[in-house]
Amino acid sequence: MTTRRLLLSATAMTAAMAALVAPAQAERGADGQLNIIYWQAPSTLNPYLSGGTKEVESASMIIEPLVSFNEKGEFVPRLVDEIPTVENGGISEDLTTITWTLKDGIQWSDGTPLTAEDAVFTWQYCTHPEGGCAQASYFEGVTNVEAVDAQTIKITFSEPKPFPYTAFVGSESPIIQKAQFEDCLGAKAPECTTENFGPIGTGPFIVTEFKPNDVITLEANPNYREPDKPAFGSVLFKGGGDAASAARSVLETGEFDYAWNLQIEPEILKQMEAAGKGKVVVAFATSVERLHLNQTNPDPALGDTRSTVDGGPHPFLTNPVIGQALSMAIDRQLLVDVGYGQAGRVTCNVLPAPEAYASTANDACKVQDIEGAKKLLDDNGIVDSDGDGIREFEGTKLSVLYQTSTNSVRQGAQALIKQWWSEIGVETELRNIDASVFFGGDPASPDTFQKFYADIEMYTNNFSGVDPEAYMASWICGDMPRPDSQWQGNNVMRYCDPEYDALVKEMARTADLAERQNLAKRMNDMLMQSYSIIPLIHRGGASAHANSLAGVLINDWDSELWNIADWHRVK
Amino acid sequence: MLAYLLRRLLISVPTLIFISFIIFAILDLAPSDPTASLPLTIPPDVREQIRQSLGLGEPFHIRYLKWCQQFFVNEPLNLIDTWMGVESERPRILSWATRSPVVDLIAERMPQTLWVVGMSYVIGVILAIPLGMISAYKQYSWFDQAATGFAMLGFSVPTFFTGLVFIIVFAVNLQWLPSVYDTTHVVDDWDSFVYQVKQMIMPTMVLALFNASQISRFVRSSVLDNLRHDYVRTARAKGLKERTVLVAHVLRNSMLPVVTVIALGVPTIFGGAIITEQIFRVNGLGQLLIVGIQSADIPLVQTLTFLFAVLIVLCNLIADLLYGIMDPRITYE
Amino acid sequence: MSDATQERAAEATADATGNGNRAASLSLWGDVWRQFVKHRGAMAGALVFIFIILLCFVGPYIHTIDPGRLDPRIGNQGMTWAHPMGTDNLGRDMLAQVMAGGQVSLAVGIAAMLLSLILGAVIGVLSGYFRSLDGALMRLTDLFLALPLLPLLLVIVLLFRDSLRTAFGPEAGIFVLIVFVIGITSWMQTARIVRGDVLSLREREFVLAARSIGAHDHSIISRHIMPNVLSPIMVSATIGVANAIITESALSFLGLGFPPDFPTWGRLLFDGKDFMTINPARVIWPGLMISLTVLSVNFIGDGLRDALDPRQRAR
Repeated sequence: MTTRRLLLSATAMTAAMAALVAPAQAERGADGQLNIIYWQAPSTLNPYLSGGTKEVESASMIIEPLVSFNEKGEFVPRLVDEIPTVENGGISEDLTTITWTLKDGIQWSDGTPLTAEDAVFTWQYCTHPEGGCAQASYFEGVTNVEAVDAQTIKITFSEPKPFPYTAFVGSESPIIQKAQFEDCLGAKAPECTTENFGPIGTGPFIVTEFKPNDVITLEANPNYREPDKPAFGSVLFKGGGDAASAARSVLETGEFDYAWNLQIEPEILKQMEAAGKGKVVVAFATSVERLHLNQTNPDPALGDTRSTVDGGPHPFLTNPVIGQALSMAIDRQLLVDVGYGQAGRVTCNVLPAPEAYASTANDACKVQDIEGAKKLLDDNGIVDSDGDGIREFEGTKLSVLYQTSTNSVRQGAQALIKQWWSEIGVETELRNIDASVFFGGDPASPDTFQKFYADIEMYTNNFSGVDPEAYMASWICGDMPRPDSQWQGNNVMRYCDPEYDALVKEMARTADLAERQNLAKRMNDMLMQSYSIIPLIHRGGASAHANSLAGVLINDWDSELWNIADWHRVK
Repeated sequence: MLAYLLRRLLISVPTLIFISFIIFAILDLAPSDPTASLPLTIPPDVREQIRQSLGLGEPFHIRYLKWCQQFFVNEPLNLIDTWMGVESERPRILSWATRSPVVDLIAERMPQTLWVVGMSYVIGVILAIPLGMISAYKQYSWFDQAATGFAMLGFSVPTFFTGLVFIIVFAVNLQWLPSVYDTTHVVDDWDSFVYQVKQMIMPTMVLALFNASQISRFVRSSVLDNLRHDYVRTARAKGLKERTVLVAHVLRNSMLPVVTVIALGVPTIFGGAIITEQIFRVNGLGQLLIVGIQSADIPLVQTLTFLFAVLIVLCNLIADLLYGIMDPRITYE
Repeated sequence: MSDATQERAAEATADATGNGNRAASLSLWGDVWRQFVKHRGAMAGALVFIFIILLCFVGPYIHTIDPGRLDPRIGNQGMTWAHPMGTDNLGRDMLAQVMAGGQVSLAVGIAAMLLSLILGAVIGVLSGYFRSLDGALMRLTDLFLALPLLPLLLVIVLLFRDSLRTAFGPEAGIFVLIVFVIGITSWMQTARIVRGDVLSLREREFVLAARSIGAHDHSIISRHIMPNVLSPIMVSATIGVANAIITESALSFLGLGFPPDFPTWGRLLFDGKDFMTINPARVIWPGLMISLTVLSVNFIGDGLRDALDPRQRAR
């Protein structure tokens, strides 16, 4: 059986986790109040109703999944003792069921016991057709969740699932209490304001007051399973404002202990850090800032068939030589230095992590080569024939409209890239669009990233968890945004290669971990060599914490607050 | 006057309904989307389901009429029920982002907005009137030039800049004042009152500076105009004290444009101060509005903007009535 | 006779008499000019304003660095001979950016201010003077005051950006759009103030006297009403310029205005604010330029107002 290796490694992770238990501390609540600032304020504490990062992370202090990911992207059991594998019988031989066994004696914060029924209910809650559950993709392919007994949860999939750790794994898929949410199914979900603003959980903290889009106050959960944790007696979780002032309140004024997601120019952050009140910590997962090169023609003259397959291929961006020249002209290290600092790394892959999935075949892009790019274009006969400084390809000027969302770091990168491209004879017009429109997906708006009424666009995408199968399946021919799909679809650059589609199908059938890694790398390399995606920067999450706060293990695979129970004051 | 008032109130009803329709249409036409702020890892079909669950699948006019029913019928009836102590069952206006009743959100934000923004307006007006008057009375004196310079700085430098300067000076360097407004703070003794004052100083001053500089210019120009009128000469010739001339005659006659400006300003107090609230994290109505707009939370933005419209119509009506009182020549038949 | 026909009649007579008055009005404007030149504040303001215009429009021919030229190796520099105002974090020359940004900011600020002033003054005078128009125009004002600005902007941009782009080209198209957007969303305060003043002026003795000798509405408005509402209009103009320059930066920041590599004063100030402690020059210069422009417009307005005031002139 080829799954053995995957399962072995899962067992190994379980063992590793057992060693990761933090040293014992004094007593629960001994360290007073913890002040956290998120510059985007959570609007609800029910992550099933709003999938935003701010909601998921704030709720992760209160409600928990069965298993979390640690800062290295490995499993950490929370409500179970061990990770199910085929070896230990937790996963059926045909890979269609997974069985979790709850830890003994776990209680909800109201003192009632956690049972398998709660997990079953959570599944029903999120898959209710009228509920509009934001995390429904975690239950995709799940045909049944049943409570075998009070401690045992059995999940059945419609077809063999090589990577079955989706439902109830990670902070986006926590277990909610059946007794509390029983009357909140489906269309009634949004009406349960009290429940959504104060979920009962098994986590280290309980909500005392929730002011939507403003502030949450929490206190230690008296029924938390580890008697000496959490060290903090209460938490003030403030939201709103902007990243720079959030950083300032931790690093310069010391009013707060922890500030999240500080996407600020590196020299500003460095200067704030120099005040000596706190430090910046960074974690990387799978986020990649990338350029998508439109493979279809976005010419406004095409009217309704603009940026669709019907409008024909792009006049020059389907040519990998031009894409390669554009990529070679970019100094990625400089983009990192001016815009991201320690929160960014140069990457040449759209799939940069986990380590085992990352290809090394494309690393040539790490160094800028403007002369090489010029030569490449010259050698392929793409030259400036009319002397205006802009090259032509088959009579079309290499002139591109380059759009992205509004964000000062992105606008800086846009300006630099425009300059490099002008050096190799490509003319660039820049456009920035408000994020609420750009990422909005409103089919009526011409400015969404899916509609792609431009030649090149830049944004960051990633996948949650550690398995890239669904992510790599984004670029199949059938997933292009089209008018008849209301412009929904993941294949934003309209890439289409039957060979790639075949690899995607193969990965869905493959269970062997090494083979899956191999397939993912091959798909990544195909994309990279088509130059329809130009990866720029592997982005990490940067946060700051006060020097007096210890125990922070910043984590980009899961909620940053995943181990908040272990946080404590330095004495 | 009473007939005029009644007629104006009657006209207000269709005006406001028309305004509410236009606002709804604009919000609906605007290209932002409630799922825009979600991570890209949430797939398109799930997004579509979320949109459906928010009622976006229904046609425009149905959604508008639903909002009208909830706002004009359900919410007032629910309010009456709450007063009578009855449990009410009618569907309320729910915000899309928080999934909680919009009216409760607005009520929750009221205190900090009224305190900070309202206070800044009061301070602004109190500063602006004497400032403008003295400036006009001593036109082109050093005081006038200084006040002019101050006013120009006040409205040519945006609040996002002054706010930041204040934070860097008073919160970072001097460490006198908190840079983050604590909305959970409860005033129950002297110390907590002092803290409340401390946390209000910066946002209030930033806004007061801006308000005072604008209003003082209107006061100055209006007083200047009036000082040149014959009645001032007459009053002085009668031997009235300069102070009486100024306060009883000039000020009263100069207040017309000032009343207009203040009447236009009062609704903006309830609208909150978007930028200043963001900088200091006062998280009042302005922040609620901008978060609502960013997340395309149509029920929230519609309700807030409509309440705002009601205040605008009311305040302008009050201003019109005040004109008649201050200047008896203005009559409404 | 309805108000509308009255108005038309008034216009007709005004046209008929217009030519005869030209000689008189020439000397009036000459008089205004002489008064204006005597006004010290106004002259200082005018000089500063001319200096700013020269700096922005002639300066780039002397200091020839391209404002878009990036070189992060020389980022965040203070004042040097090569870069008299220093550089930003990407190594762009601040002086070149301030000059290039000034061209846009001045054009947008003045054009949008004029549009909103004309709209406000016309609507204010009409609704203050003609009772029949008052109700409708003031309800329109209420409507505009109540509109949520940001979604409205998004809608306007959505509806008109592409057609304006094709009609005027990318930059001129956006310029027209921004001036239009700022103009039509900021005239309401001027309109309400002017109307309030006109309501009171309409009943003053000199207007009643003019009306009793048979003067037409047109001439009453232009000769008796307008000069008396000039002061609030001038104040609105000063505030309007500042408001337009700052609103423009907010629009560009939201991606509704000029492209991101297009510097304007407001944008330079906004982008520079977080660098304030690293490189104060990044905020001081653009901030100073905005303030100086507003200040000079204010003094020019003061001078104009004084020069146009018949009582002042007679003195």
